[in-house]
Amino acid sequence: MANEIALEAASRPGAGAPPRRARRARNSGLAAPRRTKTAYLFLAPFLVLFLVFVAGPAVFGLWISLTNWSPFRATQKFVGLKNYIDLFTPGSSTSGDFWQSMGATGIFTVASVPFLLVIPVLIAVLLNRAVRGGTVFRAVFFAPYVLGVAVIGVIWKYLLDTQSGIVNHVLGMLGLPDNLPWTVDVPWAWISLVGVTVWWTLGFNTVIILAGLKGISPDLYEAASLDGAGAVRQFFSVTLPGLRQVMTFVVTITILASANMFGQSYLITKGGPANQTRTAIMYISDQGLSQNNMAAASAMSYVLFVFLAIISIVNFRIQRERTERLPR
Amino acid sequence: MTVLTDPRSESASERPSGKPSGQPARRRSGSRKKNRVVLYVVLTIVALLIILPLVWIVLTSFKTDGDAIRNPFSAFPNPWSIDAYTTLASGQQPIFRWFLNSLGAATLQTVIILVTASAAAYALARLEFWGKKIVFGAIIATLLVPPVIFLIPNYLIVQNLGWLDTIWAISIPGAASAFGVFFLRQFFIGLPMEIEEAARIDGAGDIRIFLQIVLPLARPALATLAVLSFLANWNDFLWPVYVLLSPENLTLQPGLAQLQGAYSTHFAIVMAGAVIASVPVLILFSFAQRHIVESVASSGVKG
Repeated sequence: MANEIALEAASRPGAGAPPRRARRARNSGLAAPRRTKTAYLFLAPFLVLFLVFVAGPAVFGLWISLTNWSPFRATQKFVGLKNYIDLFTPGSSTSGDFWQSMGATGIFTVASVPFLLVIPVLIAVLLNRAVRGGTVFRAVFFAPYVLGVAVIGVIWKYLLDTQSGIVNHVLGMLGLPDNLPWTVDVPWAWISLVGVTVWWTLGFNTVIILAGLKGISPDLYEAASLDGAGAVRQFFSVTLPGLRQVMTFVVTITILASANMFGQSYLITKGGPANQTRTAIMYISDQGLSQNNMAAASAMSYVLFVFLAIISIVNFRIQRERTERLPR
Repeated sequence: MTVLTDPRSESASERPSGKPSGQPARRRSGSRKKNRVVLYVVLTIVALLIILPLVWIVLTSFKTDGDAIRNPFSAFPNPWSIDAYTTLASGQQPIFRWFLNSLGAATLQTVIILVTASAAAYALARLEFWGKKIVFGAIIATLLVPPVIFLIPNYLIVQNLGWLDTIWAISIPGAASAFGVFFLRQFFIGLPMEIEEAARIDGAGDIRIFLQIVLPLARPALATLAVLSFLANWNDFLWPVYVLLSPENLTLQPGLAQLQGAYSTHFAIVMAGAVIASVPVLILFSFAQRHIVESVASSGVKG
């Protein structure tokens, strides 16, 4: 949650531009505007943690991926791009399983993102019209998001149980099949993983989109309705264009969150059947930390990183072009 | 953003003949009333789809083991029982130990984040210094990196520090909160400068200005960051699964996965575990709901 919010905070211009200008003016009048020593005194505690556990590891991980690192070896040898080449060599010990797990992550992302966008947009539009009780509904929709993935995993594993799960029982009461293998067979397992993820996180996207809706001027709706546009027409020509900026952000963080899926598969389907729902994160962490295959796993994590970076950049490009085509 | 939660603005938008803001006036009030009913019916259905599974879990946790296995589809426990909870308290799985571990790790990490991030954010928001752009750029850049990149190297670092299977492993590495620095920097930049400038003229140094002026003014932002940090640590799953090893050192999240394995068909017991792991965050959410939801809501809207 934290990182996703920060993504945007990072790119947002500071709310306090005037005070900053004031400070600069004042500084230029003083003899020593720079206070490097004081600044690093304030920064030191954070920077120590940051260097040891964030910046350092990012470089260290890259180095590991270029060696034959193993916990059983006393010294490591630099092997260049061997670990990466292995991943792209069909038939090597890791490439088959790795690309299967990348495929699983791809399937989950493609299957989950549309629902995680469309359902929150629809709910946000409804919430935006609700005069009474809007904040209560908003809180209810958001609530599952504050539960950890472990809680979500164990409760849905039970609710979706083929024999004892209430989901199949309710389907039976509605005259539908009551013996669907929700957690043990495909495609049901995929439907479960997507459904549970939507149930868990829809409130997060809804809240962001709702804030975007509040920012659309009522005058635009007024004008559209004077022009004779109905509710549907207004949705497509006023609401959606007005949400473009917010949606760029939501699309990006939703793709990244889905591509990093781990806990749902780990707890609900155990990656099965036959590793078909084992995601890239699940495979990388298992290889690196359980199978002691650290060098290869580090290489895999960087390959995944590159994929995600490309997707994010393409997404931003597409959205920017669209915005430029339709000046608003 | 205050529009979202401020009850005053809500009642204000009700007053003009119940016309919701952002909606065009319609002539036929009959169809409007019908629309209104449909709107609330749909919202209520969605709300029930979210609440009912949680209610079902709580009800199941109050069934006896036999009742839960024999009558999985009866809504109400017969008899009502706290067997599942007493089994957890006395059983093989030290769930209350896990609870304390979770509480300790989340609290420790939150405190470290508040201290380190607020000081760093002050420097980035208020001081000019050599290397500011590099430091700031590095912090931004890491926010865009998927967490899996840090998994293996951090495991090795924690191992070398001798922290595997300790509370340090699950509270210190995650305390390097680039997000926290950002979040507070944004807030500090928005604070008015006048008081600080007056204090500086009176001879106050940066440390005094930071402690006695900026921090007190930033109390709402610090509270929001504290809640978000606590939730994130409490709910963390992947990292503790791999760095905590002995049963008594687990936190609740990997502990739940253990429970699921140990009591796979004893649903009442596993659900009781899920309830225990959820109650603290739901209490926190009910108190800090507005802070949490608003900080998320504002994340997508450009300032």
